[in-house]
Order: sequence, then C-alpha cells, then structure tokens
Amino acid sequence: MKKTTSDIGMNKTGIGTSPIDSADITKAAQERQPSHLGDDTLILKVRQQYALESGGVGSVPPPSSLKGVAKTAVDMLKGSKPTVFIDKLGERAAFERTGTRLYQGALAKFEVLGSWEGGPTREGLERILNDELSHFGLVTEALVKLGADPTAMTPCADVAAVSSMGLPAVVSDPRMNLRDTLHALLVAELTDNAGWEMLIELARGLGHDELADRFQMALDAEAQHLAMVRGWLSAGVTLEARANPVPQAEATNAPTPLV
Amino acid sequence: MALDIFQEKGVPLDRQVFTWKDLVRRPYSKLDDDAFTRVCVIYMNGIMADALRTKHAIARMNRGLREQLAIVRRIEQFEQTLINWLNPADQTPLETTLGFEQVAIEVTASVALREPDPYLAQTYRFGLLEDFDHLYRYGALYDRLEGKDPNNITQSYTDIIPGRPTSVEHRYPVDDLRRPYDKRTAHPLTKIHAMSITAAENQTHDYYMTVGPFFPDPAARQLYAEIAAIEEQHTSMYESLLDPDESILEKLVLHEAMQVYNFYSCLAYEKNPRIKEIWQRFTDYELGQLHHVIQLFQAAEGRDAREILPATLPDPIGFKEHREFVRKTLNQEEDLASNGPDYVRMSELPRDHRSFVYRDQLNSEGSPSETVAAGYQWTPGTELAARAQRMGSVLAGKKVH
Repeated sequence: MKKTTSDIGMNKTGIGTSPIDSADITKAAQERQPSHLGDDTLILKVRQQYALESGGVGSVPPPSSLKGVAKTAVDMLKGSKPTVFIDKLGERAAFERTGTRLYQGALAKFEVLGSWEGGPTREGLERILNDELSHFGLVTEALVKLGADPTAMTPCADVAAVSSMGLPAVVSDPRMNLRDTLHALLVAELTDNAGWEMLIELARGLGHDELADRFQMALDAEAQHLAMVRGWLSAGVTLEARANPVPQAEATNAPTPLV
Repeated sequence: MALDIFQEKGVPLDRQVFTWKDLVRRPYSKLDDDAFTRVCVIYMNGIMADALRTKHAIARMNRGLREQLAIVRRIEQFEQTLINWLNPADQTPLETTLGFEQVAIEVTASVALREPDPYLAQTYRFGLLEDFDHLYRYGALYDRLEGKDPNNITQSYTDIIPGRPTSVEHRYPVDDLRRPYDKRTAHPLTKIHAMSITAAENQTHDYYMTVGPFFPDPAARQLYAEIAAIEEQHTSMYESLLDPDESILEKLVLHEAMQVYNFYSCLAYEKNPRIKEIWQRFTDYELGQLHHVIQLFQAAEGRDAREILPATLPDPIGFKEHREFVRKTLNQEEDLASNGPDYVRMSELPRDHRSFVYRDQLNSEGSPSETVAAGYQWTPGTELAARAQRMGSVLAGKKVH
C-alpha cells in the first residue's frame, strides 16, 4: 500500500489528458442543443413533490419497559415529547458504536503503515477507540434507564448513518492510507462534537441534568479527540507537502449567523 | 495474428482453479486507468453473466446436460467474480452506470461497423443511438445530483450529447422484436456479435434493476426505472436476432466461442499488465471450455464443429472511440422507429400507432429523462463551472463572500 497520497501519476480524469479529443467533444456539446427546455431545478421539483407525499424514514419504537411506559406517559402529560430525546440518544449510541469500528480500522492501518512526525500514535488511537466504546456504553445505559430499547435503530440514528456512509468506506478500503483514514475520522469527530453539544443542550432543556453532567464528560473527551485527529492529519499533510508548520488557521471573526 | 481456435486447446477444465484471494484482487484505478480498461471489465462481466444465465436456462429445460453445464458454469461463476470485483469501491453505482453506457456505445459501434449482415448492422445502429442518449441523461444526473463531471469517467472518448431522446424510445413490445439471422447462412461473426450484444444489454438491464433503488433522489429512481425499461426492450430486441432453431449444443458451442473472442479482444486492447494477464488467463480457460463443449456437441449431434465455427477468430473488437461514426449515424438515423421488425421514419407511422399510444401512456405523468436533462449541455468541469465563470473572477475580485 502507498503511504503517500498526492503523487504525480497517470490520472486520466481531466480534459488535459487528451486536449484534441476534449476540444472535439466540447465543440460537439456546444453545437448540439438540449432535446428539452428547462434547467436543473426540475429535478428539485420532483423531489419536492415526493417530499410532500413522504411518510419519513420510520419511527421511534414504543418504550420497552413498564417503567418506560409510565415515564413516557408522565412526560407527555407535562407537554413534552420524550421520543425526541430517545431518538437523539439512539443516534449518539449508533454513532459511537460505528466510531469504535472506525478506530479499529485506523489502528490496523497504523500497524501496517506506521505513522509520521506529529502523526497518530498507537496509544492515541487506542485511547480514542476505548473512549468511543465507553461513550456507546454510556448512552446505552441512559436509554435503558429511560425505559427505551437500546438495540433499536431510531430515525435519527438512520439519518446519521446515511450522512456518514462514506466513513467506513474510507477506513475499510485498503487503497486508502492512514492519512486518508484520518480525513474520515476528522469528519466523524467534527460531527460527534456537535452531536454531543446538542444532546447536552437537549438533556438540560428536558430536565435530565444528571445525564447532561455525564454527557459533558463525554463531550470533553470528544473535544480532545477532535484536536488530536486534526493535529495528526495536519502534520501529515504539511510533512508530505514539505511545507513549514504554522499556527492553526481560524476564522477572522467570531461566528455570527448570517441573516 | 488471428487465433486458431481449433489448434489452440487452452487450459483443461480440471486446471481452471481459483482461491478467494485470487478472486478478490486489487481493482483498477478509477482515476489512473484508461476508460477502456473499465469498459472491458464491465463488458466482460456482462459476457460472463450471460454464460451463467444461458446455462441456467438450459439446465432448467434439459435433463441430460445438467452435469456438464454445472461443471462449466461453476468455473464461469468464478471468472465473472474475478472480473466484476475489479471494479473499485470508490466508483459509485452512477459512475459505473456511465461506464455501462460507454460500453453500450463504443462496443456496439465497433460491432455495427463490422457486422456483415446489413439488417443486423441496422439494428445495432438503432440501439446505439438510444444508449448514446442514456449516457447524456445519466451524465446530466451525475452533474446535477452530485456536482461531478461525467467526462471524468468517459475521459473525452465519447460525446455527451442527446441521441434519440429516451422519452421516445418506449415502444409496444412487439415493435422491439427483430428477424433472426439464419443459422445455416449467417456468417459466424454475425452469430458472435448478436450473442455478445445481447449479453451486454441484458447485464446492463440487470445492473440498473439492482442499483436503481439505491438512489435516494426520486428523479434518479425514476430515471433508472425508465432506462432499465429500455434495456429490457434492447435485451428483447437483440436476443430476437438469435436463430431460435439452433440446437442447444450448437448454442453452447457458439456461446463459448463468443466468450473466447471477447476475452481475446480485451487481451488485444489492454495495456495495464495486471489486467492483461487476466484476459490472457481467461482466453486460455475459455479455449479449454470451448473444446470441452465441442466434444459434447460432436458426440451428441455427430457433426463437426467446423460446420458452425470459424477456423480463426475475426479481428478483435475495437475498444476505442467511434465519435465520427456515432455522429454520422445520429445525423442520418435519429428519427428512425420500428414497426414490428421493420425500420421506418418516425413520421411515417400514424399518430395512433400502438408504440405511440404505449409511450404516451408511460410519459403521461412526466418524463424522467426529460426532467433530469432539461436544458443540459455538457461542459468541461460541470455546468456549475460555466455558471461560476459567469460570476467573474473571485480570486481577483474585491471580496470573497
């Protein structure tokens, strides 16, 4: 397996590969008119039509214990919708479980390819792997405590998995090296951090302060994961480019919503 | 040098063996390998899928041949696996689809140019213009769904422009049937061509039927539904060219010879040594299978296989661009339609012709192929590149938003 990522080779995807053929097909495309009028918004209109007819991807299962049934009933009497919390907990549990598999894959690549200066260490990767696994355990316990079935795939868990479908694809592809794999892990950690932040906000908003306190510890660990993965990846890219390491770039202004 | 299929005995069946590691190899590179390497892989997967399909169909209707069919078919299962598993995982179903249509265009064009029978050549040109349009529709979908350039896959070999519009390709079932070649008088190349293109189109159909539901976008799901329907028509059309009066063993011998010819064609083309070695190996395997089936044929029918096979294989398929031929065909035959097995100009058919009624019904709630490609003109780097360019330079402008 190649350790480097950005080498010059025989990439044939661009028009520069064959300037004569490219000029010829470009001219032919300009000369031949589309067979039907309209533009790229017609696809979106079909999507809108189906969206109006859609019933969603599925639902949150009913509580699996009597305690859960009772708690759900009480919450509903108070006017809140407890299934939202269950749905988001299901999402977090699923994401952390998949995350554990991602780090197993990263470790396997680390073992066969080695690392680089400022790159991932075995201890670092193993630590994150164990953190992910314990976070999965934490959310599973929370679900059981709330009387929910922790083995169910909730709608938000499904959406999160579809959103990150490419992550296991990168990690498990032997043609993609450890640096490529860190890119996938970076996407995972960015999402994971925001996911925990919002879960804590939701827990506090629903009065689950005890859970929120435990979740805060998970978020603290996730923030470290993100910094580690970003640092490893940045070092790898900088090293391969033989560029000088420089301080981390940040947005000039504090983020304010665009209106 | 032409391959003498009677002289070359290939590898005996008992030495045609595999391991799981051998079957699952390093795939070709979507980025670095030539588009025609992908074309050969997709095409030969189709050929081998048909080898299995044909033998299964025969086994269901023939008691005596079951054992021999099972033995050869198992090897073909593994040949197909090794070939199909050369497709890389970073090549999405839509990208592979663009590859399927490039096969349908360039291989059919090569076949149409060499086909000795003018009626069959006309049929290949007729189907070619329809598959040519499919590449344009899928290309538009690829650009508009994922923001990617279909020419990354087709590599400037093949035009991405409208052909005979897909929306008018829908025909009443019997208008897809053609007159078969005559097994007694047809040139062997005619038989090989008809079997090859039938195989390729049948696999295209099966592929679209498999991957269509993987798409979340309803316009994409509709487009796959629509083009899969055309591939079903094409499979019906091309298979109707085959003489149904050939005996089963005659068909089996011809099918094996067809496989040898196609592997030999890929071998003649391929420049990637890792892939070329596979085409050499399977050319030798198929020669072994051909001779095995020839023995069955000669023992059962008391006929010499030389009566039905050419002594040497014809020139290999031209795995290359055929833009000039395709453009000329488009210019002259875009408005062709079929009335039963006969080709006519679309304007010659009455407005209430069964195929028009049929197609109007299907399109009455909108046409997916018109929707996805409305106003689409392929341009290098996607239609967004053209749109971004019209915004003026951002790099040299005052502010980046």
